[in-house]
Amino acid sequence: MAETNGDKAAGQALKEKLGQIGNKVQDSQTWTAIFRPGSIFRKGYTDSPRNRSYVIMNSVLYHLHPVKVKRHAVKVSYTLCLGGLSFFLFIFLTVTGIFLMFFYRPTAAQAWDDIQTLQTAVGFGLLVRNMHRWGAHLMVLTVFLHMARVFYHGAYKPPREFNWVIGVILLTLTLLLSFTGYLLPWDQLALWAVTVGTNMMGYTPVFGEQVRFVLLGGVEIGTDTLLRWYTLHVLMLPFVLVIFLAIHFWRVRKDGGISGPL
Amino acid sequence: MVEIPEHLRKRAEEARAKAEAAKGGSSKGEEKETETGADTSSENPVSSGDEKIPSHLLDRGVPASKQPPVGEPSNVSPSQSGPQAGQGPDGHNQRLLTVVKAGSIQDVKTTPTDKVHVWPHLLIAEFLSALAITLFTTLFSIVVNAPLLELADFNRTPNPSKAPWYFLGLQELLTMFHPMVAGVTIPGMGIFLLIMAPFIDKNPSNKPEHRKFAISLMTVHLMFWAVLVMIGSFFRGPGFNFVFPWEGGLFFEL
Repeated sequence: MAETNGDKAAGQALKEKLGQIGNKVQDSQTWTAIFRPGSIFRKGYTDSPRNRSYVIMNSVLYHLHPVKVKRHAVKVSYTLCLGGLSFFLFIFLTVTGIFLMFFYRPTAAQAWDDIQTLQTAVGFGLLVRNMHRWGAHLMVLTVFLHMARVFYHGAYKPPREFNWVIGVILLTLTLLLSFTGYLLPWDQLALWAVTVGTNMMGYTPVFGEQVRFVLLGGVEIGTDTLLRWYTLHVLMLPFVLVIFLAIHFWRVRKDGGISGPL
Repeated sequence: MVEIPEHLRKRAEEARAKAEAAKGGSSKGEEKETETGADTSSENPVSSGDEKIPSHLLDRGVPASKQPPVGEPSNVSPSQSGPQAGQGPDGHNQRLLTVVKAGSIQDVKTTPTDKVHVWPHLLIAEFLSALAITLFTTLFSIVVNAPLLELADFNRTPNPSKAPWYFLGLQELLTMFHPMVAGVTIPGMGIFLLIMAPFIDKNPSNKPEHRKFAISLMTVHLMFWAVLVMIGSFFRGPGFNFVFPWEGGLFFEL
């Protein structure tokens, strides 16, 4: 009995101590320099309409979201979160992809071995590779479904025509990103899937041969193709995608928020 | 001297002309409203005939008219050190210049919409959905491994060789058309039509019941690709020949 009382007292003291430390941290200049007024991490944040506005207005989120949106726009049943999920998966794939880059060399002699080593000898290597692969397939799916959702809501109609065009470009870029990533493991699946895919592009009228040559970095798939597709996959296509994403998000707001209600 | 803006001066002149015409028209009205009639000879732009202006507002303007016209501008001249209380006629410093009706300056173009704060309503939903998809992907990745077949070998062509799943619809078309049609023309046309959709579909409504044709067309289009991708994925075996997956086995890697 006496012991439990003592425990209680000790717990109380610990709680007080932690509270004091928390207060001190929140009062420090560093903390207030990082979290601007209205941030939910600031001391004495209260849930008021004014603070709700500040959370967005005084943070970097203001580049993405307005302070208020139409009521129907926050209904999950309207958007199914598909656009947001596509964007989130892009970030997710960037993070897991950077991890994979630490262990991967894009040459025909090393690529497959590197992935084998990654899966067997690197901590979480297999898991992160799995996440990257499944996340990529999922992103193709969410982008595709997002397009279908936008079509069925008639959300491509004026004034949103141009944003729809950008959306189609983003869909194409997503497919290209997925396809360029497909070659990188340099296994039988990758080689022959890409062979089938690039053979089709070789049939482009008039300059089909040239298109294929530029894509492969030669007349046949080889180590040059691997380097080329690696660069496309980790640098060029994401770079282009981010630019179009920025325009896409900006236009969503400029065109008056998301469409609807129906 | 204070400069009177051009448009105000014009309006005042018009009002004066109008009042003059009214005065000439009915002498009876003039007798009744002598003071208001005299008012028009001063710089006052208020039209005395306007019934929509409340009479008590007009009454305030009356004393100013008793003043000689020359005295009026000097009263508001900036050379003086501001208006002094009770200096004007009948102890007034102000007079009514004009009444601006609400409709002439307020133009409401949009009807107010019901809005909610992004924080917390939208951000919470976004955060939760991101969390859910991370959880799903992670769990799925723990259970199912990404394929890594043998090292690429140019001398051993797997049978069948399949493109990534999202291109299997195109590969399926390859069995029916010339490669240029299946691999370039049809997907090229598809993307082009998709881009052109907002410019082809001129129907302004976004209600499903008003756009049955567009919705049917898109659904048929999506189903067409979905079926092709499914056939290419699950129903194509060695030599890309048709097989039932429950008989010939599954030839599909993600």
